[in-house]
Amino acid sequence: MSEVELRSQSDLPHFVSHAPFDPYSVEEMSAAQERFYRASQWRMIWWRFRRHRVAVVSGAILLALYIAILFCEMLAPYGLDTRNTDYIYAPPQRVHFLYRGKLAAPFVLGSDYKLDMENLRRVYTPNLDKPEPIRFFCHGDKYRFWGLVDGDVHLLCPAKGGHLFLLGTDRLGRDLLSRIIYGARISLTVGLIGVAVSFTLGIIIGGIAGYYGGWTDIMIQRGIEVIQSFPHLPLWMALSAILPVTWSPILVYFGITIILGMIEWTHLARAVRSKLLSLREEDFCTAAVLMGATPARIIGRHLLPSFMSHLIASATLVIPSMILGETALSFLGLGLRPPITSWGVLLNEAQNISVVALYPWLMLPVVPVIVTVLAFNFFGDGLRDAADPYH
Amino acid sequence: MLGYLVRRILIMIPTLIAISIVIFTIIHLPPGDYFTTYIAELQSQGEHANLAKIAFLKAQYGFDLPVWRQYLTWAINLLHGDMGYSFAYDLPVTQVVGDRLFLTFLVSVMTIVFTYVVAFPIGVYSATHQYSTGDYVLTFFGFLGLATPSFLLALLLVYFAHVYFGISIGGLMDPIYVDQPWSWGKAGSVAAHIWVPVIVIGTAGTAAMIRRLRANLLDELQKQYFVTARAKGLHPVKALFKYPLRMALNPFISDIGSLLPHVISGAAIVSVVMSLPTTGPMLLDALRSQDMYLAGSFLMFMAFLTVIGVFLSDLALAALDPRIRLQTGRSR
Repeated sequence: MSEVELRSQSDLPHFVSHAPFDPYSVEEMSAAQERFYRASQWRMIWWRFRRHRVAVVSGAILLALYIAILFCEMLAPYGLDTRNTDYIYAPPQRVHFLYRGKLAAPFVLGSDYKLDMENLRRVYTPNLDKPEPIRFFCHGDKYRFWGLVDGDVHLLCPAKGGHLFLLGTDRLGRDLLSRIIYGARISLTVGLIGVAVSFTLGIIIGGIAGYYGGWTDIMIQRGIEVIQSFPHLPLWMALSAILPVTWSPILVYFGITIILGMIEWTHLARAVRSKLLSLREEDFCTAAVLMGATPARIIGRHLLPSFMSHLIASATLVIPSMILGETALSFLGLGLRPPITSWGVLLNEAQNISVVALYPWLMLPVVPVIVTVLAFNFFGDGLRDAADPYH
Repeated sequence: MLGYLVRRILIMIPTLIAISIVIFTIIHLPPGDYFTTYIAELQSQGEHANLAKIAFLKAQYGFDLPVWRQYLTWAINLLHGDMGYSFAYDLPVTQVVGDRLFLTFLVSVMTIVFTYVVAFPIGVYSATHQYSTGDYVLTFFGFLGLATPSFLLALLLVYFAHVYFGISIGGLMDPIYVDQPWSWGKAGSVAAHIWVPVIVIGTAGTAAMIRRLRANLLDELQKQYFVTARAKGLHPVKALFKYPLRMALNPFISDIGSLLPHVISGAAIVSVVMSLPTTGPMLLDALRSQDMYLAGSFLMFMAFLTVIGVFLSDLALAALDPRIRLQTGRSR
């Protein structure tokens, strides 16, 4: 190296920092990063889930539906069995906001009833001279809220002396909207109770299979295969036909939910088993075994929490098939029986072609079924995508 | 392959035995068996002529034996093609059933063919055109198909076909052919009627199948071998059909296992609504009147159909994928 080069190097301005040296300064995290890296698993799941717009909307719809079933009595304009014998098979009324060209409070038109003697049909014609304004938060049919508290406040009521059939009436003159709202209480909980049953069975049986492996596993796997090779609906039909006729409706309701749950648990058991098989080889599991933990504790305390999110997602995806199953069973007349009202029981009245031709509004209970099933599907999809936030 | 076949059949036999035990239990679950009621009814009417018949039935189906002997008699009779005795019809089940088993089989197979034919192109389109308008529209209809109860679809279709096309599509054949022996005319009539139930039953399965094919194909399309194939200038269609599609096809075939129970379930309820001469309506009737032998044999037939279907799909899969036939049997 020549002397010139050396001199030019020493001529460079020399900088010395007087601050103490911090070796971690490069890796310092901003507050936002800190928040991200220290987030708990469930918080991360929530962040991931929030990105799935459709799932969030579906979740909101489901939440609204489940809150609504708490207040059926208030939301429904009429009681479950209130009969309006003058309005049998009345078609749905339209809500109007304009009366003779002027803006008005929402109202429906009263109708004139005439029996068409030629084909014996009841004809209801809206009468333009009989506007019946809808009342809000008003006193109407009496009810016992949750069978405990007496009340008569409704969100919507017909005008005094008038009628309000937004979705029409059935063959006994009962308001279909009210019946759909009450039916939600049964239809929406059937899936929940059923899934609770299959969740319990799935975790216990799948847990045993996955934890012990070997022969236990093979036997349980074969058993699951046997159950899965039955077509569900015919098996449900057979089992619910066996429920004794003497049972009270509420017992039948629990019987049906248990039957639904008893067949659907297989999917959950499979999921539990395959997860356990891979997880039980992990170090933390071996450590627990060495410390003398019992199998039940290892499964419950160490293994299950590591894939609880997956389980909840798969359970959510099982609910819609149960709701559809109950609807189908009740539609066929093998499921729930009339004093209990579910959407399937309501659809039971729409069994033949003449209903489609003459009283198509009787098929409306299928709309909430479709909405609920879709919402559960999207919600479950979103949950499943979010279930493993570390990937 | 032969080894795999033998192994697979050996697994199938205990499965079938277990299924038959479950069904026999179901037959015997209702309190008070039909046979005792039947005899009491006959005797209260003072019909003595049938006593000989009762004795014959007792011997044939072993009603006075212990339960496990009854099961054996039932199972052995089943193997001989004797499915028990329908008390509601007062005929052997085999005679009551008639064409129904065959027609159920026909409808199920047609539905599966329909599902594949429709789901395949749509699934491939959906995956290759991810997030396009077409994909969104198809996805929307797919989900709608999944969520709509099939009996409602059946009702609507029957109604609209009647109103707009003036055809009556209840049943599987024109009324003149009912209870007639098979002929070309009858077969033609069945072919003209079968498409409506097939579409109705197939909708939900098709929707599910499209979703799965799309997901599988999307996974494959992201992999490096496909990117490489495209990068070196392979024609997109050829690149797609040659590699990723074949990979995505495996679950497609193995899906028969989960598709068949769905199809048979769907067929049961749709055929009640459309009054098809298949097993569905008769199963419902049998269950309502607690004619358990009839119901049991339908259940057995449906489960048997499923097991055979899964078996066939496993064979097809093994033929397609050497990895599977070398394993110790696939757990479906």
